[in-house]
Amino acid sequence: MIALFLRDLKLSIRAGGGAMIGVLFFMTVVAVIPFGVGPDLNLLARIGPAILWIGALLASLLGLDRLFQAEREDGSLDLMLMQETPLLVTVFVKCAAHWAATGLPLVIAAPLLGLFMNMDALAIGATMLTLLVGTPAITFIGAVGAAVAVSLPRGGLLVSILVLPLAIPVLIFGVSAVYAAIEDPAPFLPPLMILAAITLFFAVIGPVAAAAALRHASD
Amino acid sequence: MRLLAEGLSARRGEDLIFNDISFALGAGEALVVTGPNGSGKSTLLRVLAGLLMAEKGRLKLENGPPEIRHPSELSHYLGHRNAMKRELTVAENLSFWKNFMGDSPGGSGRNLVEAVEAVGLRGIAHLPFGYLSAGQQRRMAMAKLIVAYRPIWILDEPTAALDAGADKLFAGLVNAHLDTGGIVIAATHQPLGLERARQLQMTGFVGIDGGLWHDA
Repeated sequence: MIALFLRDLKLSIRAGGGAMIGVLFFMTVVAVIPFGVGPDLNLLARIGPAILWIGALLASLLGLDRLFQAEREDGSLDLMLMQETPLLVTVFVKCAAHWAATGLPLVIAAPLLGLFMNMDALAIGATMLTLLVGTPAITFIGAVGAAVAVSLPRGGLLVSILVLPLAIPVLIFGVSAVYAAIEDPAPFLPPLMILAAITLFFAVIGPVAAAAALRHASD
Repeated sequence: MRLLAEGLSARRGEDLIFNDISFALGAGEALVVTGPNGSGKSTLLRVLAGLLMAEKGRLKLENGPPEIRHPSELSHYLGHRNAMKRELTVAENLSFWKNFMGDSPGGSGRNLVEAVEAVGLRGIAHLPFGYLSAGQQRRMAMAKLIVAYRPIWILDEPTAALDAGADKLFAGLVNAHLDTGGIVIAATHQPLGLERARQLQMTGFVGIDGGLWHDA
């Protein structure tokens, strides 16, 4: 299983892998916001956490459709389906590798982009923490979409459409946790805990559902 | 170990591709599946590999390891696609499959250097898989069969894109596998040069007799 994790990580870093695409997209989205909104620093600071979260959400949806499709196209998926190792473990490891290659760079890039949005240190820290806790959930939800759309030639957009509604709670609790951290009266911990619960929930449900979808998609 | 297929039928969409195919293969036996395009050879192999559900019939393993749920867990499947990543080197690809698949009980896979030599491509394992020619890629996909031990080999058109020398080399690999008590099921158009091979001729679905079954 470690072999699978390392292989997927290598693949996403080599040419044609999606690791940097997500970060670049994230930077593009966040970088154009100040030009669109105008130089109102207070406004930017206020909408900053939400913009970072929306950017990160869209960026992590970007490479998801290739999660299983690339494996299917070269026949690797067939071999993965045949092994004694339960398929859901394989799916879980693939999700973990995908998150490490595409989700983690987003978390690391977030402070830099936070500066673009005139966010203070506390807001940047809270955004990073919530992204760290919340983005794995997007990957696990996305794996289900990717598994359902695995045999469709242009499934990319479909995956996004399938996944987005399910990812909305992640966005809501992620953003509300950040605002709770920077605005005094609201407590920070409850939304963060709910966010963590969502991630854990989908870490269990996602691989099971994705494995079931992959079994039935095989032809 | 014996692999038994009893009355297998499979459909794709609405069409029944084949009906009531039965065979029994013991250790060291090979089954060569022949037939025109579209007669259901690949479908049969995918059913045997557990990648397609059989419409009817059963596939079972006698005297196999007890913890096995489906014979596919003891099988290698070499399909039309090579299951290797173009971006990774040959050595990375092979060592991934070796680690990921592990060995079935009763045997052990050979190391990478031996496997690459066995397919006659020594010295190019450091190249990205995508740089190799189609024939070399196919040979490397065969090396995958011997880096992880599996008693059953399911091969779909294994010698497509191979030159005559590679055909012979491949027959050698398969015969060596049979000598150690393995089971081979291969779909092919070309003669594979296998000793002790039985033939299953697929005819496409014609009424109730989906396949003709005779010893070669």
